[in-house]
Amino acid sequence: MEHEKIHLDYKMILGLVQPRSRVLDLGCGTGELLYALIKEKNCRGQGIEIDEKAIYECVAKGLTVSHGDIDTGLSEYKDKSFDYVILNQSLQQIRHVDTALQDALRVGKKVIVGFPNFAYFKSRLQIFFAGRTPVTGALPYQWYETPNLHFLSISDFISYCRLKKIRIEKGIYLNEKNRAILLPNLLAQTGIFLISERRHQ
Amino acid sequence: MNKGAGAVHAEYFNLDALTLESGERLGSVTLAYETYGRLNAEKSNAVLVLHALSGDAHAAGVHEGKNNPGWWDAMIGPGRAFDTDKYFIICSNVLGGCKGSTGPASINPQTGKPYALDFPLITINDMVNAQKRLIDHLGIEKLLAVVGGSMGGMQVLSWLTRYAERLRSAIPIATAIKHTPQQIAFNEVGRQAIMADPHWNSGNYYGGPLPSKGLAVARMIGHITYMSDISMAEKFARHKKSNVEPLKFTADFEVEGYLRYRGDNFVKRFDANSYLYITKAIDNFDASGGRPLHEALEGIEAKALVIAFKSDWLYPTYQSKEIVKACKLAGIEATYCEINSTYGHDAFLLEVEEETHLISHFLKKVFYEYEVTGSYGT
Repeated sequence: MEHEKIHLDYKMILGLVQPRSRVLDLGCGTGELLYALIKEKNCRGQGIEIDEKAIYECVAKGLTVSHGDIDTGLSEYKDKSFDYVILNQSLQQIRHVDTALQDALRVGKKVIVGFPNFAYFKSRLQIFFAGRTPVTGALPYQWYETPNLHFLSISDFISYCRLKKIRIEKGIYLNEKNRAILLPNLLAQTGIFLISERRHQ
Repeated sequence: MNKGAGAVHAEYFNLDALTLESGERLGSVTLAYETYGRLNAEKSNAVLVLHALSGDAHAAGVHEGKNNPGWWDAMIGPGRAFDTDKYFIICSNVLGGCKGSTGPASINPQTGKPYALDFPLITINDMVNAQKRLIDHLGIEKLLAVVGGSMGGMQVLSWLTRYAERLRSAIPIATAIKHTPQQIAFNEVGRQAIMADPHWNSGNYYGGPLPSKGLAVARMIGHITYMSDISMAEKFARHKKSNVEPLKFTADFEVEGYLRYRGDNFVKRFDANSYLYITKAIDNFDASGGRPLHEALEGIEAKALVIAFKSDWLYPTYQSKEIVKACKLAGIEATYCEINSTYGHDAFLLEVEEETHLISHFLKKVFYEYEVTGSYGT
């Protein structure tokens, strides 16, 4: 896969991952990101995906993937058995987010989370002026067909991490084409965070 | 692509003796086997296919002058999942079977008569030990893959836990680490049906009338467990047979006719004592050998592809997930797919398209990695 063709969020995630790392992609979809991590970063990677059709595409790419539900837990993985656990665009679709994140922080030394920012200004405008549930590039679904169970903003996630004593090592904010530098909770469509467990004393 | 493996024939491999897990010793054991495709010069393209309870060595192609495609013909042949243009496929009839391999119907060299119940109890591991001798004999140091469904899957797990150094990948399909009480119970009812047949005669029926009724009932129970509620409804509904006579308790529903037909047909091709020995071997099997399976798999470099089917209630998907979990805990790279099939346990013989996709890509990767790196597990 050529670098240019990769989504911007994939590009950012690739930048966060050290070469030759062990990676677990939770909700890996058809495996593009995982494939890129293996090819470009020489990672050893595997994924979990709930959709059967997506599993077939992953297998066709030669990926190691498990057909299953993240919500049933990660008990098949030992503590810190991955350098990175990735939850890209899957967090908002998990029923028990808190449990899943804690589990991800258990099996991974670091966790990368990417999600659509519900407080993006285009969403705000749609709610405020049209009085409608927002439909944007990052949240492309109508209310009656969305797979998303949770709607969170960048600020929500940051305060969640503070509450749960999760360390945010890095936050990357993206608008449609570039990184959003100013006022991310207003101007970013997507938030990507590199987080880890705070060391217990 | 449509031609399949073509004309094939059975071969026979003789072992001088085989010591069983029980400590007993079987003199002169024969294994019937077939091969498809060609073993390459490096002997790196061999795939061992392992059959289920009632299967045999005839997995693909047809025998000379017959129209009898093998039990996994749709999966084995040029351009198929197990592509005979690339791979060398081996399938052997299990020890204890009745399709050319030594079993209770074979002649006991010490008495000159069929063994019947003098045949020692055998295990899945014994079957695999005999197969391993065949693989040694064929000069194959490392198999590209071992694959099988149901009891075949148990043999895959036995290979993986005991001879991991002899394989690069394992493909257990619709199987379990060990039988649950429910699975044992179904097998026991089948055995009881055979033993309740007066013709069974404590296993000494060779040369006389066969315990056909008992074996047929055992097979009928088996077929019920191989199908699903949905697949039965789709196949039979509550349709009645048109030619039914107005007698009491004839097979008037189509499903009854089907089960009777399957039962009666099975009797012609299977030995009742073999059914007893093999189902017992299945029930006794425990791939974990009493400890957590992941401990038995620790340090293994083989890759795994585990396949299960949603509507399979005889080997429910959670049993396959246990295998995947053990693999992952042991650090084995395992791919798992739960195919959304309505065929029940039979799906492993029927869901050809999905299995072909998964297996052909998986095999290609394992084979390619080997060719690139010259070894496996970088």
